[in-house]
Amino acid sequence: MADIPHEAEADLPPLEVPDVMPPHAHSWLGKWVFSQDAKYIAIQYSGTAVAIGLVALVLSWLMRLQLGFPGTFDFITPEAYYQFITMHGMIMVIYLLTAIFLGGFGNYLIPLMVGARDMVFPFVNMLSYWVYLAAVLVLVSSFFAPGGPTGAGWTLYPPQAIMSGTPGGAQAGILLMLLSLILFIIGFTMGGLNYVVTVLQARTRGMTMMRLPLTVWGIFTATVMALLAFPALFVACVMMMFDRLLGTSFFMPALVEFGEQLNYGGGTPIAFQHLFWFFGHPEVYIVALPAFGIVSDLIAVHARKNIFGYRMMVWAIVIIGGLSFIVWAHHMYVSGMHPWFGFFFATTTLIIAVPTAIKVYNWVLTLWRGDIHLTLPMLFALGFIVTFVNGGLTGLFLGNVVVDVPLSDTMFVVAHFHMVMGVAPIMVIFGAIYHWYPLITGRMLNETLGQIHFWVTFIGAYAIFFPMHYVGLVGVPRRYYELGEASFLTTPVDGLNAFITVAALVVGAAQMLFLFNLGWSIRRGRDAGHNPWRATSLEWQTPDVPPRHGNWGDRLPPVYRWAYDYSVPGAPDDFIAQNDPATPDPQAVPHGVRP
Amino acid sequence: MRMALVLVLIVVASVAFHLVSPWWWTPIASDWDYIDNTLVITFWITGLVFAAVVLFMAYCVFRFRHREGRKAEFNPENRRLEIWLSVATGIGVAAMLVPGLFVWKQFITVPDDAVEVEVFAQQWYWSYRLPGEDGQLGTSDPEYVSADNPLGVNPHDRFGADDVIVEGDLYLNLNQPVKVLLRSIDVLHNFYVPEFRAKMDMVPGMVTYYWFEPIRTGEFEVLCAEYCGISHSFMRGFVRVVEQDEYDAWLQGQPTFAEYAGAVPDPARATRVADRPEP
Amino acid sequence: MIVFLLVLATIIGLWLSRQRLASKPWLETGAPPARAEAVAVAPARLGLAVFLAVVGGLFAMLGSAFVMQIDEYPWQLVPLPRMIWFSTAALVAASLALHRAAGAARRAEPGRRDAALAAATLATLAFLAGQGLVWRALGDGGVVLSGTPAGSLVYLITGLHGLHVLGGLVALGRVWLRQAQRPGSAQARAAIALCAIYWHALLFVWLALIALFSGLANEVLALFGALLT
Repeated sequence: MADIPHEAEADLPPLEVPDVMPPHAHSWLGKWVFSQDAKYIAIQYSGTAVAIGLVALVLSWLMRLQLGFPGTFDFITPEAYYQFITMHGMIMVIYLLTAIFLGGFGNYLIPLMVGARDMVFPFVNMLSYWVYLAAVLVLVSSFFAPGGPTGAGWTLYPPQAIMSGTPGGAQAGILLMLLSLILFIIGFTMGGLNYVVTVLQARTRGMTMMRLPLTVWGIFTATVMALLAFPALFVACVMMMFDRLLGTSFFMPALVEFGEQLNYGGGTPIAFQHLFWFFGHPEVYIVALPAFGIVSDLIAVHARKNIFGYRMMVWAIVIIGGLSFIVWAHHMYVSGMHPWFGFFFATTTLIIAVPTAIKVYNWVLTLWRGDIHLTLPMLFALGFIVTFVNGGLTGLFLGNVVVDVPLSDTMFVVAHFHMVMGVAPIMVIFGAIYHWYPLITGRMLNETLGQIHFWVTFIGAYAIFFPMHYVGLVGVPRRYYELGEASFLTTPVDGLNAFITVAALVVGAAQMLFLFNLGWSIRRGRDAGHNPWRATSLEWQTPDVPPRHGNWGDRLPPVYRWAYDYSVPGAPDDFIAQNDPATPDPQAVPHGVRP
Repeated sequence: MRMALVLVLIVVASVAFHLVSPWWWTPIASDWDYIDNTLVITFWITGLVFAAVVLFMAYCVFRFRHREGRKAEFNPENRRLEIWLSVATGIGVAAMLVPGLFVWKQFITVPDDAVEVEVFAQQWYWSYRLPGEDGQLGTSDPEYVSADNPLGVNPHDRFGADDVIVEGDLYLNLNQPVKVLLRSIDVLHNFYVPEFRAKMDMVPGMVTYYWFEPIRTGEFEVLCAEYCGISHSFMRGFVRVVEQDEYDAWLQGQPTFAEYAGAVPDPARATRVADRPEP
Repeated sequence: MIVFLLVLATIIGLWLSRQRLASKPWLETGAPPARAEAVAVAPARLGLAVFLAVVGGLFAMLGSAFVMQIDEYPWQLVPLPRMIWFSTAALVAASLALHRAAGAARRAEPGRRDAALAAATLATLAFLAGQGLVWRALGDGGVVLSGTPAGSLVYLITGLHGLHVLGGLVALGRVWLRQAQRPGSAQARAAIALCAIYWHALLFVWLALIALFSGLANEVLALFGALLT
C-alpha cells in the first residue's frame, strides 16, 4: 500500500472533509467505556444487543414450552405467557436486530468501508450508545416492576395495551415499555445522523457512491428510512403515554370496561395502528436491507465473483426503501380501515415483490460459474437465501388482500415473519460475524464448532418454522395461550406443536455453542493474518489487523476501483483490492468486458 | 457437496410435507371458496418459484464448488437476462394479484338480500343482536351499557325495542347471506369462524362488517382472532347453521330488547357525557 | 405527511440523480470522473439538515394525526387565543435576530453580533412565555388537556415544539460559552450560523402549525379531494 505511485493519485478528487485524526482517548475509561471510537462503540452495541437477545431467546423457549406442552408448566400463567411473547417480539425486532445491524455493523463497517478514520461526530456516536443502553435498562427494569412487563403484544395496540385486562396495562409495565422505546428512538437518531453524514461526506478519495460495497448501501438506505420512520413510533408512544397518564383520549373512544364506563371518548384506535405500521413496515426493511447488503458481499467474496448486476442491486435497494413507505397498511387489511384501501395497498405490496425477487435472482446468479468456497460465511449466506425465499414467498400470501383474510392473525403470520425477518437476517448476522471476526480480533473462529452451529441452526430453524405455516393454515390463531378443544381441526396439531418446541430448544442450545466459540477463539483461535478471505473491500486493507484507532495509519487510502474486482481476467490474483491502482494486462482481457 | 444435497432434501421434504401431511385447511362452510382458490393459485406459483430457486442453488453449489485451479467467470451483468427475469416475475405477481383483487371486490360488496346480524364483543365473551320484526337494528352507544342493558342499545330508539338479544350460541339460516356487523365496547376483538374463512377486527367506537353465505349445516366454533387481553384464547362461542324451521323455532325462544330488561333508562344514573368536562 | 414525504423524496431523488447511478463501475478503473459540481457542505451543517428532516417528520406525523382527527370530528377545532400572535411575533424576531447575528459574525463585528445574540435569546424567552400564556388562555376557554383529542393534540404539538425551542436555547447557551472562551473563532461563527438555521426551521414549523390548528390543512385537503373527484 505504501508504494502506490504518486502519478496515479494526482487526478483523484480532493477529500470533502479534511483528514483529521479523531481525538485519542487518554485513559482506560475513555478507551473502553466512554469510547468515541466507532469500532469500540460497535462492539458495545453488539454486546448489549446479544445480551438482551439472550433474554429474548429464553423467553421464546418458555413460550414454546407452553405451546408444545400446554398445562405441564404451572408457572407459565396466561399473564406470564403474554408477557413473554411481548417482550420476545419487542426485544428481537428493536433491541436486537435494529441495534445490531445499524449500531453494530453500521458503526464497525461504515468508516472502514468508505475509508474514513471514524464517524463524523464521534461524541454524538458515543452518546447514542449510552442512550441505547439506558433504553435497554429501562426495558429490563420492567421485568422487576410491580405487575411485571407489559403483555400487550409487540404491536401494543390500544385500547387493550393500557387497560387492566392486559398484563402490565394498568401498572408500570406499559409505561416503562413506552419510555424505553422513546429513549431508543432518541439514541438511534443520534447514531443515524452519524451514519448518514459519514457516508455522504467522509468517503475517501476516489470512493464514489457507485464504488461502495453493497453493505454500505444497505446500511445507509436503512438508516435514512429509519430516520424517517421512527418519528411515527415516537409520536405513537408519546400519545399513548398521555392517554395512560394524563387522561387524554388520542386513541381511546368511549369505552366500557367490565361494565364500568371509562372516562375516555372521541379518539380512534386505528390511528395508532396507522402510526405504528407507518413505522413498522419500513422497520422490516430497516432490518432486511443491511442483511441484503451484507449477504451480497459475503456471496461475492466467497464465490470469488463480482456480485451479479451491481447497478440493479443498488437500484433495487433504493426502490425497496422508497416503496416500503407506501405499503404499511397491508398489516391492517382486517383492521376495520376503509376497505377500498385494500386495493391500493395490495397492489403496492405485490409490486415490491419484483425488486426483491431481482435481488434473489442476482444472488443465485452470482453463484453461477463462480468458484464457490463453502466457508462458514458462505454456508450462512446460502442458508439466508433459502429461508428468505421461503419467507418472502409466503409474504405474497399475506400481501394479497383477500388471501390474507383467512390467514391473518393465525400462526401462518407468525411463521412468515419469523422466517423472513427472524431467521433470515439472523443467518446473515452469523455469517457476518464468521466473516469479520478475523478482522475484529485477528483470529479465526473455530471451524468445527461453527459447522455444528450452522447445521443445527439452519436445519433446526427450518424445521421450526416450515411446519408452523400449516398450523396457521388449519386455522390456529396466534397469541393463543392454549388452544384447548378445537372442533374446527380435522387433525389435531398437538404433535406438530410438540415437535416445533423440541426443535426450538435444540436450536436455542446450539447458540450457546456459538457464544462459547466467540469467547474461546479470542485467545485460542487460529491466527487470521492479513485479509484471510482475500477480499477486495477497504476494511481488509488497513495497515494493522485489527485496525487501530484512526484506521488508516498516516494516509487515507485512495480508491481506484469498485469493490467487486474478483477473478478479473488477466490479473495475477483472483482479487484486486479497491486501493490497488494496478490495471490488468489489457491484452489478456476478452473483448467487450473491459475497455 | 453436503450443502447441495441438503438443499435438494429441503425442497423434497417441503413438497412432500405439503402433499401428504394431514394438516390442511378445515372444510369450508361458506361461499368463500373463491378465497380458497386464490390461495391455491398462490401456493402453486410460489411453490414452483421456491423449488426452482433452491434447486438452481443446489446445482450451482455442486457444479461450481471450489476445486484446485478453478477460476470464476468475470460477468458483471446481463441486461437481457435481468429484464427477462423481471418481466417473468411481474407476470407471476400479476397472476396472483388480479384474481385476488376481484375476489376482494366481491368480499366488500354486500349483496342486497343479506340479513344483518350484530356481533357484540366484550372481554371475554360474545353476544349477538338481530334486527327483530322491523328489520332495523336500533342505535347503540357504550353510554347506555348497564347490568340491564349489556349491549348498550339506545332505549330511546324506536327501532331498538324489538331487537332480539342473543346470549349463547348464534343460529344462522342455511343459504341465507348474512352481513355481520361487528361492534366492541372495550378493546379490539376479531370475529373468526375458521370454516367461514372471513374475519374482521372489531374496533371500539366504530362498526365494521363482512358478509358470507353459510352453505352447509353444522356447528362451528367462534374464535377471537385479535389479541384482547389475558383470556383471549378462551373467548370462544358457537355458530349453528340450521334449516329454516329449526331457525324459526330457535328465534321464538329469544327475548327482544323490550322484554330483556324493561328497557327503562335509569334517570338517577349519571351518563358518561355528563361526567366529562367537555360538551 | 404525504406532502412532506414528497418533498423529501424529491430531494433524495435529485441527490441520487447526481450520483451517476447508471454508471458501470466495473468499467471505470483508476481515478473517477470529477463530480459535476462538488458542493462541499460542512458535516455539521449536513448533520443539522438531516436532523431537521427528522424533526420535520415528527411534526408531519403529528400534523396528519390532527388532520385525521378533525376530518372525523370537525367541531373539535379549537379557537386559537389572540395571544398566539404575540408568540409568533416573538419567534419571528428571534429568527431575524439570529440571522443578523450570523451575518455580523461572518463580517467579524463582535459588538453587533453580541447584541443580536442577546436580542435573539430574549425574544425566544418571550416566545416561550407567550406559549405559557397561550396554554393558560386555552385552559380558561375550556380546552383542557384531558378533553377532546383535537384539543389535547394542540397541547401536545405546541408542547413538543416548545421543547425543541428549549433545546435550541441550550445550544445557544453553549454558543455563548464558546464565544466567551474563544471569541471570534471559526467554530463559534459556524455554530451561530447553525443556530440561525435551526431557528428558521422552528419558525417555519410554527407557522405551519398555526395553519394546521386553524383548520387550513383540512380545507386544503378537502379542496384537493374536490378537484380530484
